[in-house]
Amino acid sequence: MKDRYANRKYFIMALAIAAAAILIIRLFYIQIIDKTYRTSAANNVLRHITQYPARGLVYDRNGELIVYNQAAYDLLVVPVQTSAFDTARFIEILGIDMKDFRDRMKAAVSYSRRAPSVFMKMISSEAYGLLQEELYRFPGFYVQARTLRKYTKPVAAHLLGYVGEVDDKLIAQDSYYKSGDYIGVSGIEKSYEEQLRGRKGVNIFMVDVHNNIKGSYADGRFDTTSVPGKNLWSTIDLSLQEYGESLMRNKTGSIVAIEPSSGEILALVSSPSYDPSLLVGRVRSSNFNRLQADTIKPLFDRALMASYPPGSTFKIMNGLIGLEEGVIRPSTLFGCSMGYHAGSLTVGCHSHDSPLDLPGAVTNSCNAWFCNAFRSILENKEYNSVQEAYDRWREYLVAFGFGNKLGIDLPNELSGFIPARSYYDRYYGKDRWKALTVISLAIGQGEIGATPLQMANMATVIANRGSFYIPHIVKKIGEVGGPSSVFAQKYTTGISPENFEPIIEGMEGAVNGGPGATARGARLDSIIICGKTGTAQNPHGKDHSIFVAFAPKDNPQIAIAVYVENAGFGSTFAAPIASLMIEEYLTGKIKRKYLEDYVLKVVITPDGKEQ
Amino acid sequence: MEKNSNILNRLDWLTVLLWGTMMIMGWLNIYAAVYNEEYTSIFDMSQRYGKQLLFIVAALILAIFVLVTDNKLYYFFAWFIYGIFIFLLVLVLLIGNEINGAKAWFELGPFGLQPSEFAKVATGLALASYLNSKRQAIGFRTMLSATSIIMAPVLLIALQPDMGSVITYFAFFIVLFREGMSIYVFISALLAVVLFLLTLIFGTVPVALGLIILSFAALWIFIRNLQVLMALGVMAGAGALSYLIGHYLFGAGVDVVIVAAVMLSGAVYAWYLYRYRLKMALIIYTFLLGGILFLFTVDYAFNEILKPHQQTRINILLGMEDDPYGTGYNLNQSLISIGSGGFAGKGYLNGTQTKFKFVPEQSTDFIFCTVGEEWGFIGSVVVIGLFVVLLLRLVMLAERQRTTFVRAYGYGVFALFLVHFFVNIGMTIGVMPVIGIPIPFFSYGGSSLWGFTILLFVFLRLDAGRAEYLG
Ligand SMILES: [Zn+2]
Repeated sequence: MKDRYANRKYFIMALAIAAAAILIIRLFYIQIIDKTYRTSAANNVLRHITQYPARGLVYDRNGELIVYNQAAYDLLVVPVQTSAFDTARFIEILGIDMKDFRDRMKAAVSYSRRAPSVFMKMISSEAYGLLQEELYRFPGFYVQARTLRKYTKPVAAHLLGYVGEVDDKLIAQDSYYKSGDYIGVSGIEKSYEEQLRGRKGVNIFMVDVHNNIKGSYADGRFDTTSVPGKNLWSTIDLSLQEYGESLMRNKTGSIVAIEPSSGEILALVSSPSYDPSLLVGRVRSSNFNRLQADTIKPLFDRALMASYPPGSTFKIMNGLIGLEEGVIRPSTLFGCSMGYHAGSLTVGCHSHDSPLDLPGAVTNSCNAWFCNAFRSILENKEYNSVQEAYDRWREYLVAFGFGNKLGIDLPNELSGFIPARSYYDRYYGKDRWKALTVISLAIGQGEIGATPLQMANMATVIANRGSFYIPHIVKKIGEVGGPSSVFAQKYTTGISPENFEPIIEGMEGAVNGGPGATARGARLDSIIICGKTGTAQNPHGKDHSIFVAFAPKDNPQIAIAVYVENAGFGSTFAAPIASLMIEEYLTGKIKRKYLEDYVLKVVITPDGKEQ
Repeated sequence: MEKNSNILNRLDWLTVLLWGTMMIMGWLNIYAAVYNEEYTSIFDMSQRYGKQLLFIVAALILAIFVLVTDNKLYYFFAWFIYGIFIFLLVLVLLIGNEINGAKAWFELGPFGLQPSEFAKVATGLALASYLNSKRQAIGFRTMLSATSIIMAPVLLIALQPDMGSVITYFAFFIVLFREGMSIYVFISALLAVVLFLLTLIFGTVPVALGLIILSFAALWIFIRNLQVLMALGVMAGAGALSYLIGHYLFGAGVDVVIVAAVMLSGAVYAWYLYRYRLKMALIIYTFLLGGILFLFTVDYAFNEILKPHQQTRINILLGMEDDPYGTGYNLNQSLISIGSGGFAGKGYLNGTQTKFKFVPEQSTDFIFCTVGEEWGFIGSVVVIGLFVVLLLRLVMLAERQRTTFVRAYGYGVFALFLVHFFVNIGMTIGVMPVIGIPIPFFSYGGSSLWGFTILLFVFLRLDAGRAEYLG
């Protein structure tokens, strides 16, 4: 067999020899010629001290500091470098007993004799001071600086979130994190973790047998500098947030306030809450377990994660959609005889003037009017079927941000629920359902669910007469960076601006009108507030009180949604709370002390009792 | 029985000895790398060295199993085995376990198996079988088919994505070279690798300019006549003109302008050379053009295809991006531990760097750190020497075959070992990007040890049966 290419074996063998030669030359260089890799004395050891950068600070929209850092110190040990020392003095400094000392030492040794491990986390500042002076007496031990969160006020726990230790799963996924590192676990701390954390650095020192640092290894050639985290400016108004939390104390529910012109969230209250400093440092895990076990669920962020039926506030949506679809006009009159009656079906109403036009129906929150309107929407002859009309109706709601996550820059937002056509098809059979089957949607009851954030966003859309920006919690990152560009994108809802006017007129009437107005308790003399009450049916107890509003009527500065669980009608508590929030934000001081006192004093327990 | 004793007589014991030595050295180094005074028994099965011992025993059994198999099996079932592994590579994408961001593992009880480690054997067999069926020199079509045999597993592995394994498959081009692939193509490929690294260091434009200058220097050396000088003038003029037009009329970036200039001036130049029948100049020009096109492809591939952490790894190697605590940190730690080994090393189990757990993956991809730190320059050279002996022995064995099939397979084994050996040690000492591939027989891990063992012993089995007629 002829083999014309047999000579190529020499070339191939040369490749292998060349590869080996390159490696050997390089090894010769780094192992023999270059001295930087060798420690000057044989018994010197290298100590890698991680430089943990300061985590970014968080300010409110007015530049007021909310979150900052405090120094903390971890005591580390390299077991193989320890030698006999005055353990009595050592445990005295740390304030631990001999058994504790032995247990910690054993744990460190079983991790590794040669690698450093944390002997004691977050030692007190007194212990740190003493140890600094006497460290030479305790070879093998050294202190590493960390930072812990500190809060200027005990508020905004849910939106700020907390910082915890990384778990093994995350360490496996992301090479940045090492065992014992901190990471944002919830709230802003989580969603802006990458900006807040900065970048770790490491300094390598040579240490002699007496635990003295002999200097930087290789003149710092292998050191890396840490980069501090970026500061964040939140959209929150800290004093409004604080005020909202005080109003909600001893009640369950939430407040979401948004600046309509920007989508910036002014306040995001969830009650019951907790002091964010409870979840910092050594007490974090015990406090966390306690909070998690608490039956009133203080860790649960109701503003983003609770979904309620929107109740009568939803009549606004049906009014807007009816107008846009052309099936009702502002002047359309429907009568009401204590409710809506169709065959055997009755949706009850309270007593009020009859018949009413659209603004009047909003003001009086007439169930019959909106049942008629909703039926007109679904039985619109423009569409081939009720189902097709329903699809269109749902599209409007989705455009308002219902049924999907809005995309706020906080973790764990709930999407709420607006049933798709298929949901009813499955329930009643394909196309076997009619407008009357789903009539409870007319007054915001039934299968639908929306979060307080979504309701506040609805109030924003009305204030803006048809558009919104995705609600967000951070307005500036670092000295120059803005938030994500998605928050600068204007969304429109497909409802013409003029169709908002009769609704707004009705909302104005509800707060400021005469007899029949449902939310007169929210009235402010100096500012026109437009609002709508609602009551979310609660199968487990007393109904939830809801109020959505914006103010002033022209050029609105604030849109708000307030939920008070188990408080009954929307006018009872939610409306006054929203009104006080608006007064506080727009005027900076509360004139209606009696109203404020009334709200502050009330305690509403989950079974609906007022005290 | 007679057949088996026959095999023992014909088996290349030198290679077997090298294989055994390397496995034992690897095991001792894994012990040193994860050494902890609390668990000192080298047979402790809860530790990596204990598990590696199990892997070694299993590798022995595998080796025996391969040796007692009829060698015709590998010949006749080459395509079948290849098909099975292609199927497994598809399957692992669908139902595999994700570890470190790559869907590369089948979970089998406590162990994970990486089909890509074994698919190398199958690819080597299929490629050898294909080349064996071609009696004539490798033409363009053969080359294309052979390439697709290599690329099928490569594409599937790239989807996992496991770029380290992908790179090793390119070793098979050494087989094609030995079997008659155009020397120009092979040299181009080698140059491409060098260019790739240079581009990453110096950037696209300087390397492109360097290539142009180099080509002209080569032209001058080869031809030395007036026409070349005139051609240079024409080319420089055309290049400058197209640069000006491109830059000022169309506002194109420097990159685009260089490509345009080379293409345009090249057309003029090629015509000129064609008239004067200067073949060498044409070849040089083709290399130049190919080189520049390649540069921009690399640039694109680097920025658009590689994942950020891979980009960073390559960047760190080249000192382009300082990413502390990420990959640069690993390389630094690796350099410190190997460099601190000095001439004679710190002695077995006396290494400090690796035991501080500063070096990541110290028992798998970075096992050479332990060798360098504890055994020093001497130990490193011994390990490298072992590999060189093994590699040269493989070439010798391959060359004594009577069939293209066994020879081509043997070169496949050689090529894979060469790439793993060079890239792995190279990355720990900073002459190669940090690409996570194991070093044969040293790195911790069952899949890689078994994969390499099967790879090697299939060849030894074929070699032992070389007297029998195959194909
Ligand atoms: Zn009514």
